[in-house]
Amino acid sequence: MKVFEKLLRSRSLFGSLSILILWYVLHLAIGSKIIPGPFETIVTFFHLMTGSLLLHILSSILRITVAIVLSMGIGIPLGLWMGLSKRADSFISPIAYILYPIPKVAFLPLFMVLFGLGNSSKIILILSIIVFQIILAVRDGVKEIPKEYFYSVATLGLNRWQIYSSLVFPAVLPKIMSALRVSIGVSIATLFFSENYATTYGIGYFIMNCWVMVDYVEMFAGILAMSLMGTFIFKAVDWAEGKICPWV
Amino acid sequence: MIRIRDLGVKYGNETALENIDLDIPKNKTCAIIGPSGCGKTTLLYTMAGLIVPSSGKVLINGEELKSTRKETGVILQNGGLLPWKTAWDNVALGLKARGMDKAEINGKVSAILEELGILEHRDKYPNQISGGQRQRVSIARTLVLEPDLLLMDEASSSLDAINREHIQNLILKLYMKNPATMVMVTHSIEEAVFLGQTIVIMERAAIKHIIENPYFGDEDIRTKPEYYNICLEVRKWLSKELSKEEEDK
Ligand SMILES: Nc1ncnc2c1ncn2[C@@H]1O[C@H](COP(=O)(O)OP(=O)(O)OP(=O)(O)O)[C@@H](O)[C@H]1O
Ligand SMILES: [Mg+2]
Repeated sequence: MKVFEKLLRSRSLFGSLSILILWYVLHLAIGSKIIPGPFETIVTFFHLMTGSLLLHILSSILRITVAIVLSMGIGIPLGLWMGLSKRADSFISPIAYILYPIPKVAFLPLFMVLFGLGNSSKIILILSIIVFQIILAVRDGVKEIPKEYFYSVATLGLNRWQIYSSLVFPAVLPKIMSALRVSIGVSIATLFFSENYATTYGIGYFIMNCWVMVDYVEMFAGILAMSLMGTFIFKAVDWAEGKICPWV
Repeated sequence: MIRIRDLGVKYGNETALENIDLDIPKNKTCAIIGPSGCGKTTLLYTMAGLIVPSSGKVLINGEELKSTRKETGVILQNGGLLPWKTAWDNVALGLKARGMDKAEINGKVSAILEELGILEHRDKYPNQISGGQRQRVSIARTLVLEPDLLLMDEASSSLDAINREHIQNLILKLYMKNPATMVMVTHSIEEAVFLGQTIVIMERAAIKHIIENPYFGDEDIRTKPEYYNICLEVRKWLSKELSKEEEDK
């Protein structure tokens, strides 16, 4: 009984159930093969997950993860530098402001010419989306640190490196996590697009390939997998934030 | 111990302090009081070496102050505790920066947290403890470094009346046990008289008057009439300041 109540109150369960019902209603209403029923899709999903679909999903997750890690590696130092040095800020910010709103997906052909047709161009495309979010979030995060904190660590006798590790870096960590959360949606969409080109691996390829083969059940299993992947990455960011920023 | 000569501080072209002369002898306490915006925090930060004066100088033990000093402890207006560090890590921060070994840090930090009655909150973050407890943590963080000069900016002003008296009693007790030179900025007349051997009354950017307080050090002073006489005197000087400002307008 208790378990049942808990399930009822769980918001993600409520959300999933509602979507399943809506899906089923659509399936009945449209009544064609374009929208297969949830049940057969889920069965196909689990069946495919023991085989090829798992590989497609994993290669997509890998591309996004590498892009996130590289974006942080580039964006955090640049953002810190811009936040702490007026000169760096006045030099880099104008460039960042112009590049930031441009839809990066338009550069995919260029990236494929420059970085090859394989993984690199796809990863760099996603990186070019996330990295600006991180640079600007870190820069603003540094600028928002109250002066009193700098005073208080100065009076405690911390050196430059200790000020970075005890004050500046922890102050911007939560900002980095929100920047990631904001950019992940766009990243997945862009990844989906880029995986239509020059690859036979990735969830984008899988879905479009099923479409071409007119296998709507498998296509929907792919869409389901991609939605789950998005949720999984979101939850992973939440989880990481709880682990590394326990004070917020 | 502190010698301030002809000190001037400017923010841009706004003068925050002008022609300040002040001497504070070793192991004495000095309370600075004055209207909001008169330059108390600026004066304290200059003594801490956080603000570079635009003219004149601050000498500490005969040496001109150029930057912060390891032996000066500062408690800022809002405590300045780092939100991402637990009470324990906040207190240990300065010791770690000095490269002390772990066992020694553990001993010192637990001793001071115990003394200030906050050991049970050691693993909590600043936003998980009360204002009074937070203030104790910032006092612990400063005292654990055993400063010979302690500068405090409104150490109790964010607290309610009862907690404020607790903190004031605590500061007096700690001072009696381990005297150090102490300068505190306050906007409470009662606090200035309770904790200051010398009471410096400021007006805009300058020192208006200095009162010696012979009753300092008596924990029960708050119940005695002499205490109120000094409070009245301070109040008189502060309101003279006010009436003068009104004349200026
Ligand atoms: N960073 C700053 N930049 C420009 N002006 C400043 C700055 N800090 C303080 N001032 C100005 O200098 C004057 C003195 O400020 P200060 O903070 O020393 O006052 P205070 O006596 O501590 O006031 P309070 O009691 O409100 O804390 C004020 O007029 C204030 O506006
Ligand atoms: Mg002040």
